[in-house]
Amino acid sequence: MIKVVFFAALREQLNCSELSLSSENLATVADLKNHLASTDQTWQQVFASNSLLSAVNHDMVNSEHAIKSGDEIAFFPPVTGG
Amino acid sequence: MNQEISIQTADFSLADEVSLLEHDNAVDGAVVTFTGRVRNKNEGKEVTSLTLEHYPGMTEKSLAKIIETAKERWRIGRVKVIHRVGELFIGDQIVFVGVTSKHRQDAFAANEFIMDYLKVQAPFWKKEACKDGNNWLDAKSSDESKAAKW
Repeated sequence: MIKVVFFAALREQLNCSELSLSSENLATVADLKNHLASTDQTWQQVFASNSLLSAVNHDMVNSEHAIKSGDEIAFFPPVTGG
Repeated sequence: MNQEISIQTADFSLADEVSLLEHDNAVDGAVVTFTGRVRNKNEGKEVTSLTLEHYPGMTEKSLAKIIETAKERWRIGRVKVIHRVGELFIGDQIVFVGVTSKHRQDAFAANEFIMDYLKVQAPFWKKEACKDGNNWLDAKSSDESKAAKW
């Protein structure tokens, strides 16, 4: 199983802050994005965005990053702190 | 205290933070602090308040990495970073970065570096409340280019 978390505008657009799913057949962050995008039209639009950032276990990663069972994967918009 | 990161809803006191950076610290002759506050206008719109969200766990990890990089690049002593979350109003303090060093150049540079990287790497998001509604702020490309110049 993997834990997937969403933040800020993304969380509101998806109306979802976190979910758990099986990591079977999901080798990379890109695979997970494709899988989530297939949920419905809203999710498809959100995951089509080029500016979407991703993190695995609290480190920023790119879409080619490998994922494994037990990982926490986060998706969020560009950060705006400070 | 060599370095400390605090994510908090509570306000902070600049005087207290400077005291902590200076306490029992005879080696550092320079103390550089930066405080960020909530402005009344953003891109021409009147702002009434901000709500800050963050990613607990990743926030602390990313700030620790930024501080570590600063320590590799400059000869600095103590570092303190405070970032507030939750609802904040005009004039409220949002962020504090304090750096000490033997001489001023290292503390000035490291402080600006930490702030520039916090802006583009630490997972915080601001939602702005205006008279005509709430909206999430967009990241600025000028912040990306500022961080890239280091």
